[in-house]
Formats: sequence, C-alpha cells, structure tokens
Amino acid sequence: MAKTHVTMKVNGAEIEGLVEPRTLLVHFIRENLQLTGTHIGCETTHCGACTVDLDGMSVKSCTMFAVQAAGSEIITIEGVANADGSLSALQEGFRMMHGLQCGFCTPGMILRAQRLLKENPSPSEAEIRMGISGNICRCTGYQNIVRAIQYAAAKINGVEFQEAAE
Amino acid sequence: MNDMTPTREQREANLEGMGCKRKRVEDIRFTQGKGNYVDDLKLPGMLHGDFVRSPHAHARVKSINSDEALKVPGVLAVITAETLKTVNLAWMPTLAGDVQMVLADGKVLFQNQEVAFVVATDRYAADDGINKVQVEYEPLPVVIDPFKAMDADAPVLREDLAGKTTGAHGPRKHHNHVFEWTVGDKDLTDAAFRKAEVTVKEMISYHRTHPSPLETCQCVCSFDKIKGELTIWGTFQAPHVIRTVVALIAKIPEHKIHVISPDIGGGFGNKVGAYPGYICAAVASIVTGKPVKWVEDRIENLTATSFARDYHMTTEIASTKEGKVNGLRVHVLADHGAFDACADPSKWPAGFFNIVTGSYDFPVAHLSVDGIYTNKAPGGVAYRCSFRVTEAAYCIERGMDILAQKLGMDPAELRLKNFIKPEQFPYHSALGWEYDSGDYATAMRKMMESVDYAGLRKEQAAQRAAFNRGETREIMGIGVSFFTEIVGAGPSKNCDILGIAMFDSCEIRMHPTGAGIARVGSKSQGQGHETTWAQIIATEIGIPASDIMVEEGNTDTAPYGLGTYGSRSTPVAGAAIAMAARKIKAKAQMIAAYKLEVHEGDLEWDIDGFRVKGLPEKSMSMKDICWAAYNSVPPGMEPGLEAVSYYDPPNMTYPFGAYICVMNIDVDTGVYKVRRFYALDDCGTRINPMIIEGQVHGGLTEAFAIAMGQEIRYDDTGNVVTGSFMDFFMPTAVETPHWETDFTVTPSPHHPIGAKGVGESPNVGGVPAFSNAVNDAFSFLGSTHIQMPHDYWRNWRAAKNLGVFA
Repeated sequence: MAKTHVTMKVNGAEIEGLVEPRTLLVHFIRENLQLTGTHIGCETTHCGACTVDLDGMSVKSCTMFAVQAAGSEIITIEGVANADGSLSALQEGFRMMHGLQCGFCTPGMILRAQRLLKENPSPSEAEIRMGISGNICRCTGYQNIVRAIQYAAAKINGVEFQEAAE
Repeated sequence: MNDMTPTREQREANLEGMGCKRKRVEDIRFTQGKGNYVDDLKLPGMLHGDFVRSPHAHARVKSINSDEALKVPGVLAVITAETLKTVNLAWMPTLAGDVQMVLADGKVLFQNQEVAFVVATDRYAADDGINKVQVEYEPLPVVIDPFKAMDADAPVLREDLAGKTTGAHGPRKHHNHVFEWTVGDKDLTDAAFRKAEVTVKEMISYHRTHPSPLETCQCVCSFDKIKGELTIWGTFQAPHVIRTVVALIAKIPEHKIHVISPDIGGGFGNKVGAYPGYICAAVASIVTGKPVKWVEDRIENLTATSFARDYHMTTEIASTKEGKVNGLRVHVLADHGAFDACADPSKWPAGFFNIVTGSYDFPVAHLSVDGIYTNKAPGGVAYRCSFRVTEAAYCIERGMDILAQKLGMDPAELRLKNFIKPEQFPYHSALGWEYDSGDYATAMRKMMESVDYAGLRKEQAAQRAAFNRGETREIMGIGVSFFTEIVGAGPSKNCDILGIAMFDSCEIRMHPTGAGIARVGSKSQGQGHETTWAQIIATEIGIPASDIMVEEGNTDTAPYGLGTYGSRSTPVAGAAIAMAARKIKAKAQMIAAYKLEVHEGDLEWDIDGFRVKGLPEKSMSMKDICWAAYNSVPPGMEPGLEAVSYYDPPNMTYPFGAYICVMNIDVDTGVYKVRRFYALDDCGTRINPMIIEGQVHGGLTEAFAIAMGQEIRYDDTGNVVTGSFMDFFMPTAVETPHWETDFTVTPSPHHPIGAKGVGESPNVGGVPAFSNAVNDAFSFLGSTHIQMPHDYWRNWRAAKNLGVFA
C-alpha cells in the first residue's frame, strides 16, 4: 500500500515517517517511533490506555490515523518527566498515593490527568472522577488515582496536600 | 560519626520491612512509560499472527481455502488444523484433563473459535489475510441453555468423546456431561433435612463473566533452528508451568525452552491457562524460522480466552426455629463451555467449591457438581478467586440471607449465631477442610460498630414505612457478607498441576557489599512483588529492602514455581522467601560467631545484625557479615551467602472478612446508589498495608462490576452479545463507589510469617455484599431472591414483577 510522508512534533522533537493511510496513530507511536509507553487496551476508544496529548487535547490514539496527526504536537508518557529527569508532580503523586498497580493504564491516565489539571487546576473529587472517566483502570478502583491527582494538584498549586480522612 | 549512631527506631525504619507502607519500586518505571510488556517487544524480522475465527457457535467446517489469502502482500503462511496435525498439535491437553482444539478440526463449538492462523509481516497484513481466507460452514443446532444440555435429545457437541463413558474425573452420564463431583455425607445430610424444623431452597445463579485485564493475552515465540531452542515471551501468570506444558506437548527438551513473563498488565486469572494463540505462534516460528508475535484484541479476549463463573447452584439449608443451622445441601450445574479448560489444581474439577460451608459450623453437608458442555467459550478460570471460592462464598452468603428472611431474623444475628468459634480452630469442616485460624465474631462486631449497623436498620425501617406511605420511591438495602476464603494452593498431599506439586520457591544471593538479589517462582501482574518480597527479606535478615532486587518471570533464572493466582503468592512463595532468608540468617550467625569469637548460642538477633548476649556493644551487622562471607568464613565452611527454599505448605490459609454495603434503589428507574461500602479484611500478618488497601480497592471494584452488571451473555443462537467494552460493564471512576477499609489480624499458625493472602478476598466477599444489598432492599416487597447481575434494567424489572407499579 502506498505510503504517506508525515511530520509531527513528539515530546518536543521534530519527527518524520512513512505510513500507510490506515496506520493508526498508536501503532505509529509504538512501532515506528518505538515509544512503547503508550498502550493498547481495547482498540475501540473505551479504555484510554492509548491516551496522548495532541495539540492541547487528550486524544485516544487507537482511534486516530497517523496521517490525521500530521503537523500536530504530541506529548506521550515519555515526555512527561521534568526536564532534569525527575518525576513530574503527577508521576510522583501516582507513586506516593499508590495510584497504580499493573501500570498498564498508568501512562494514559497520567496524560489525561495532566490535561485535566491544565483545564481545571483545582478540581473537586467529582470533577476528577468525571475528568478521568474515559480511562479505565482494572486494578486500583480509582480511589488512589483520585488521591494521586489531588496530590499533584496541591503540589503544582503550591499548597499542602490534605489527605482525605478514610 | 559515632555521635550520629542511629537509634533502634531509625535502624528499624531504615529496613522498610514488614508492616511498612513502602512505596513501590515498580512505579519508577511504570510512571515513565518504561514498563516492559510483551507487545513492547520488537525483534528483528518479527512476524505477526492473527486468527480467522468462527462466526458460528456450532457448525461443521466443510472446507478452508487459503489460496487468496496467500496472495495478499505480506502474508507468508496460513496454518490450519491440517498443518498442526503434521506435528500432532491440532489438539492440546487442558489443565482439567480434557482436550481442546487448537484450530477447528472438522467443526467449531463456540463463536469466535480459532479456525486458521494467518502469519504475515505485520499486523495489518495479517488482518488483510484473514479477510481472504474462505471457510465454508454448515451450521448445526446449538446448546446454550445449560439446563437443556443434558436433555436426551440435546445435540451432540463433543463428537471426539463418542463412546467415552468415563472422563478425567469419573463417569459421564450423558454425551454433554463432563463430570460429576460429590463431597460430604449424603445420608447424614438427607437425614438432617428430614428432621429439620426449618428449610430453605433456592436456585442461585452466578452468571458467566470475564477477568478482562487491561492488557490482553499475548506472546512472542522465537525458535532458533541452529540451537533447537524455543524462547517464549508471554503474559503468563505461571511461566514455569507453561515451560513444562510446552515440553510435554511440543516434545522440545525442557532445558531448550526459555519462558519469560515480562511486566504483565493485570491477570486476574485470565493469564493462567494455555491458549491456541501460544501454540500457533510457536508452530509458526518453527515453520518460518522467524519470531512470531500474537496479540489478541479485546473482542477476542472477551469471547475466546477463559471466562469465569457460570455456576448454577441449587442451595438448601436446614436449621432450627431459633436459627441454628444443621445441614447444607448444594447441587451445582457448572457450564464449562465447549472444552473443559478449567484452571484448577488437577484433582479438583470444581476447584475448592467445597469451602461452601463458609464461616459457619455446619455439622453435616453434601455437595454435588455436574459439569456440562455447551456451545460457549471454554475456560472457567478463577477471576480474582481461589478456584471457585467466589462461587461458594456467593452461594452460602445468599443462602444465609434467604434463611434469615424465612426465620424473620436479622442476617447479621443469624451469622453471629452460627460462626465457627475461635476455640474450634483448627476446625474440620463437614466438606473436608481444616481451617487454620479465625476470630469471626470479633471481625463481625467491629464491622457492625464501625457502620452503626443498628442505626442503619432503624433508618431502613423508617425508609420502608415512608415508601409504604407513598412518600418516597426509593428503597434501602443493607448487604452483609461474611466470607472465609481458602487460598495458598497448595499442599502436595492434595494439590498439583499436571502432576507437579504446588510448592513455590525462592533463591536469595547476598553480594559482598551487603546488597542482594532474590529470585522467586511467583509472578506479579500488578501486586507489587518487587516491593513486598524485599520487605519480608528486610525484616528476616536485616538488610534494607532497597538493597534487595527482586526478580521473577524468567524460567532460566528463577527457581521453579507454580506462579501467581488463587492468592497463593504470599501463602506459598512468601513462605519460601522467609525460609530462604532464614537459611541465610543461620549461616550468617555462624560467620558472626566466628568473627566475634563466641559460640553461636551466645548471639542474639538485633534488628539488622547479631550481638553478643549481655554485651550489646559487641556486635556485627548483617552488611559486615555479607563481606565476611566472601573472605573469612569459619574453617570448613563454603564461602558465599546464598540459599534456596522450596516451600510445600502444610495447609491452605483461610483469610476472612466482614463486608457491608448500603444501597438505595429507585424503583421506577432501577437506578441504584451505593451509599457506603465498608470492608474489614483479616489476612493475617500484614506485609505492606498500602498495597493491601490497594488490592482491596481493586477487588471491590471488580466485585461491584460483577454484581451490578458485568456479564458474558449469549443469545439463543450462541452469539456473544457483550463482546466489547461498550456492552461488557467496565466501571469508570464515576460509577465506582468510595471504599472504606479496615482490618483485624489473626495470623496463620502454620505460615512462617503468619500471612494469609489478600488479593482475592474483596472479589470473594464483595459480590455477595452487593447482591445481598439489592436483595435486602426488595425483600420487604415479597421477594426472596433476584439473580445477578443487578443492573438498572433488572432492578426495574424486579420492581415491576413485585407489583410496585403497573
């Protein structure tokens, strides 16, 4: 099948590649760019394991063609850590609050949470729960993911994180 | 420097040993997208395989034509049953003693059954090839309703079993019968029922569902023709068992098979079994000489690899008028699908379902289970459960509520009246188990006090009165569940898989500078073993957990283990870790005695080293002992400091817990609101409370999903109608309730560190709590039992059937 030349900015780097028109963005990211932190869980846009940040929006990369992303700016989990290599507030929050177990949903969940906190820097618990409802986690029951996002929001906002009483 | 000598508390804290909420070491890589899952693997020249699957639930395969598929660019081979017959792999043995088609041989027996395997240069080309394989089917009548499977005129499903009146587990009564399994004393039980003052009987179904981890089942197989070696990277919960199974069926010497389970994206039982994808990828690699990857998609996962449950349990309890139980009789109709691929220890065709007497002192009981074939996917895995324990707990916990309703007793009071008492442990159950330890009444009372149980019942009475007066359309349910699990399979006297005893293992090597590596026969799928196993070692030998690297999943380096499922890792592998650490400590003591020039018996353990009794300033740290082990051991002693332990547990462990769910249901819409869910778990000694709570949250969320809607449902033609995340209930953060956790600690008396295992308790105990809440809500309207799952529509229908509205 004839291939199309695409360019895009991924995690700050200009990249290019040849893809079939039908190549899904998630396969381009995982297999052409070898950024395997973006995962595939359902292939029907339900689970959100493939969530990336594309031009300032959370996008499920399993339901978008690579050619549709041409010219765009993408952030994957590999581009989330701080410039000095330390964990970002969200990555640290997920670890501190035990917001992950098998780790498979985590990259998509962190990408989604990062965009959520840009949209709403001080979300309520209900807003967090609604904000991540496009991302399925099978392990944690979400409670500690909510706390992880609250931890990160507090850290980003420079306020003390108050653990909700059990 | 010496004025900075750490205090005892600082030395303890520095270890991050047992009981500490240690943050997980795994998270450093997982939060950065640097996990190493099977689909992340990319080998030079790697091919992709994918299946042609049957659209029919039961059909004869008249012909398979691959000519057009082989013309598709990138397609290299199409493997069918005929290809596999040349290497004697068209069928494979199942863990349950049955056989299963790898690829359709003459006919198909369930929808989405594997028919042909297309091998191509990439996953897109493989998909193109699938669309070009022409299969001619002749549809046959289907058996979907399990209650009709053993009708005299039911269609014959398994023609390969024609004339076989005996299966792996005894006589077969019918051509669609798999086995009958009975336990307990039938005569004594029947007599108890004849004499009983009160009896209840109900058919309680536990519907078919699916574990559905976020990562599906997948593998990469690479056969090296020069060396004759096969390497398999796969999503295996039990990598060593896979290696042995491959050696037995593919006739490759076991030392030339390398099985590697890298990071696994959740298992929940789904990744215990051996699936046709693994066999086909291995054969494809042998045929092509190239690595072959197989990754199932979500629809394939839900419809073809290993369902869970599908037990239909006719439950009878006999009791006195005062509510003292004196007999339990259960018959189960077990729908196994097209092949009996149940993942149980080999001698247990219905798993440990005979834990069905639960937490109660039944003097007599009788259980019979009939396994049957239907035109549904094979499997029967323990979805976050120890081998049919979820089904058993649901059966008895619904049964006790039904009895309480008949007696007009409070369900919590009925349970308290019938609990096995602390002084009865070790307790021998009527169905053959020896419960190790428990204090049920304390746990139950703690739960009742924590949630103000009496207050809740008062509120419910007021709510019901208001409903009856027409002031509200909401009804309130309180679901009590008190479960006893049986985990930690298991003792070699009664547990094996294909003849291999279900021990587990650990090897610890301490390096000269006081750091070390522990290799373990278990395999984490998210449980955090790299974190918690090091905590056990830290406490046992006084080396900080951060200085212990834990490695699992590589059959070349890890000692043989039976893997992680059935909450067996802490009870079995956890014990092996403690025992290996104690061997290290014993040798360390000899080295320390030699270096300190005292007798071994003059030494005592002190947090992170040995000190001379009565002379605490004369001591040697474990770190220093590690160094000495490599340069100055006592004369005659081998240098080095390592140990291996294979642990064959003397008994199972019996975790328990008290759960309660408070729920309101709108009768006009069926919409429910979980107001409160409180879970008290007793898993014995707690290694890492943070991880335990995380496990409980996750298991409760699965229980919520199962009880309230998660179902693999077939229409009457055998078509799966819940085959994607659109239809198969997968709760998001919005639907998922808030969880309250609590605990008591009753250590296991036979486990080296007293731990019992916890991962599956919340699924086992959670489902009855939810279902009892729904049933309790409707009970005052005249309902006795409403089958799961309790989704909005079924709640609405239940209200309608009870005449709440016209």
